[in-house]
Amino acid sequence: MKKSVFFGAFAATALVSGMALAGTLDDVKARGELICGSNTGLTGFGAPDASGNWTGFDVDLCRAIAAVVLGDATKVKFLPTTGETRFTALQSGEVDVLVRNSTWTYSRDTELALDFVAVNYYDGQGFMVKKDLGVSSAKELDGATVCIQTGTTTELNLADFFKQNNISYQPVTVQDDSEAQRQYLAGACDAYTTDASGLAASRATMPDAENHIILPEIISKEPLGPVVRHGDSQWADVVRWTYYALLIAEEKGITSANVNEVAASSTDEEVKRLLGVSGDMGAKLGIGNDAFKNAIAAVGNYGEIFARNIGEGTTINLARGLNALWTQGGLQYAPPFR
Amino acid sequence: MAFASDAPKDGFRLSMLIYDTRYRSYTIQIVVLVLFAMAVAWLLNNTAQNLAARGKEFNFDFLWQRAGYDIGQQLIPYSNDDTHFRALLVGLVNTLVVAFWGCVFATILGVIIGVLRLSNNWLIGRLMTVYVEVFRNVPLLLWILLSYVILSETTPQPRDFRVTDEMIAAGEEPKASMILFDTVAVTNRGTNIPAPLFDRSLGSIQIGFLPVSLNLLAFIAVIIASVWANRRLLAHAKAVQEATGDRPVTWWKSLLILFGPVIALKFALGLHLEIPELKGFNFQGGILVAHSFTALLIALSLYTAAFIAEIVRAGILAISRGQTEAAFALGLRPNRTMSLIILPQALRVIIPPLISQYLNLTKNTSLGIAVSYLDLRGTLGGITLNQTGRELECMLLMMLIYLSISLIISALMNLYNRTVQLKAR
Repeated sequence: MKKSVFFGAFAATALVSGMALAGTLDDVKARGELICGSNTGLTGFGAPDASGNWTGFDVDLCRAIAAVVLGDATKVKFLPTTGETRFTALQSGEVDVLVRNSTWTYSRDTELALDFVAVNYYDGQGFMVKKDLGVSSAKELDGATVCIQTGTTTELNLADFFKQNNISYQPVTVQDDSEAQRQYLAGACDAYTTDASGLAASRATMPDAENHIILPEIISKEPLGPVVRHGDSQWADVVRWTYYALLIAEEKGITSANVNEVAASSTDEEVKRLLGVSGDMGAKLGIGNDAFKNAIAAVGNYGEIFARNIGEGTTINLARGLNALWTQGGLQYAPPFR
Repeated sequence: MAFASDAPKDGFRLSMLIYDTRYRSYTIQIVVLVLFAMAVAWLLNNTAQNLAARGKEFNFDFLWQRAGYDIGQQLIPYSNDDTHFRALLVGLVNTLVVAFWGCVFATILGVIIGVLRLSNNWLIGRLMTVYVEVFRNVPLLLWILLSYVILSETTPQPRDFRVTDEMIAAGEEPKASMILFDTVAVTNRGTNIPAPLFDRSLGSIQIGFLPVSLNLLAFIAVIIASVWANRRLLAHAKAVQEATGDRPVTWWKSLLILFGPVIALKFALGLHLEIPELKGFNFQGGILVAHSFTALLIALSLYTAAFIAEIVRAGILAISRGQTEAAFALGLRPNRTMSLIILPQALRVIIPPLISQYLNLTKNTSLGIAVSYLDLRGTLGGITLNQTGRELECMLLMMLIYLSISLIISALMNLYNRTVQLKAR
């Protein structure tokens, strides 16, 4: 009796681990829920609100993927991951996709066997200091104590930056954003460094936001984007084109408000293909023909997502900058939808 | 062979493997062994398959790549250009340092508390009981966090030490000042203590990966030589006293032998203290003992001391009352009785469980991750693991290292235990 239970457990484990290696798209459909690796809480990008609903710039991309695959933007389970645990969670199949301010680098692409499918936010690493420290440039930080999140690219950039400028610093490594903020606010470190967007998001939650400044130096390129496991091209395509669909929607002026109207009346062939009015583009990806329309209706286009979560006027107050569409001098550019 | 005639004649049957008590235990052992081997094989196979499925290979080459990150506390030279292996060593040294001092302080404190808990003084006895119960019944992690928060939140920021010209003009005092004759500064980041500097340094030699300061070796050698010479002097004085009944005056010779060479060496090497000084954002110069280290050390010592106190108390109670009474009858005072009669005997009972407390303390140092103490867990198992993505290799290596440390401590303590054990002659 005992033995059969034992072997049964063995067989079940083998089956489950085997299933995780099948197509992620089919897994998500079968499960009826998308599991999205998110931040442990970074206001504006991915954090639960007062009533426990996840909101944010990265969160909305997860919702868009859920809308594309399952037709329902609410069928997402958000799994908070730290800088340390995020890639392991993805590799082990605990999450289907990781949308968590993760920087696209060569070694993550190759050595960690991950696929960065797009860049949804072009960022760079910056420094935040208290105003009364009297510092106006990162190069004046010689001898300073710097708080840094462990397991991130910023950790390595920081070492490089100080070495290049021939100045010294004392690192204080912390696990996540909230711990870094606590140490920084308590004065245990003079400066806090992470992606500039993350700094802006942190500052927005501080009680005395006006007393903190973000230094002008941006010391690195931090292209942040959604990540999937290596070797599942179909799923990578789904995530990639969900994101591009949101970009094209902004380029074509399709918003969550007018998407149905545009679908009915547009004469633009690309728009008609995108919204599933003509052609069978969805079928080629193994999703519904109106999948992208669902996504746009649920979360809006890229510009709307940006403005709603982190844009000017929100507490985060980030300018579009590099993240403007290519037509407006930015870097956000989607390949043609045909 | 009287039984042989009663046994069935038809020899061995398969069912005997289960029903015959002669074979049953073998059957069970073989089945368990086979199951165990299958489980191990399955685990290995599963690991290999999953690694292959993810396109990852199992090797330790990453240890020789450039680490690229900085470590706050480094007792051996390290920069971000060094390899991950070097970072591992820095972490290992950090682990060993906190484990070593933790064991020392926990033992001292534990013995004192254990003895005091048996005190006839009602108040002292009860206070020690309260200490033991409070410390061993609250999770260690909470003690670490508590001591870290207290250290970092109640101490002033470095800039509070600053004295500006306006403050001097207005006759104001800075918000905080250094302690111990202006040599030690306690900020919310750490404790800055003076560092010894040598004008005419002997340099250092490299033993393995560990650079050893020749200056330190010189001082240790001189002190040992002085102590040895002093003992010779006292032995000589005793011999003279026994021979002539007259003890020669030795105190000034002792002072000269004990302190003369050390002071001479100090001037020869030009030893002076480098006092930390506030420059820019932080105190520069001297040695910075980060609060993460201090907090971890305090919490580990206090926590483990509670357990050691109980072990010591049990050891003392294990010695029969007659020993104490016999000592009193000989006219020994209570504290001499404790140190000469009771404790040496109690050690036999104390040492074995003490070993496991040392092992616990050493393993518990990995909780330093909670206060950003970059020990082995923080470097190899934290940053290196993350930056290289070699979870399996890092975890296995880390487990192997902790296992080795524990086995070494255990072996050393067992050696010591053999020396205090009751000798059967």
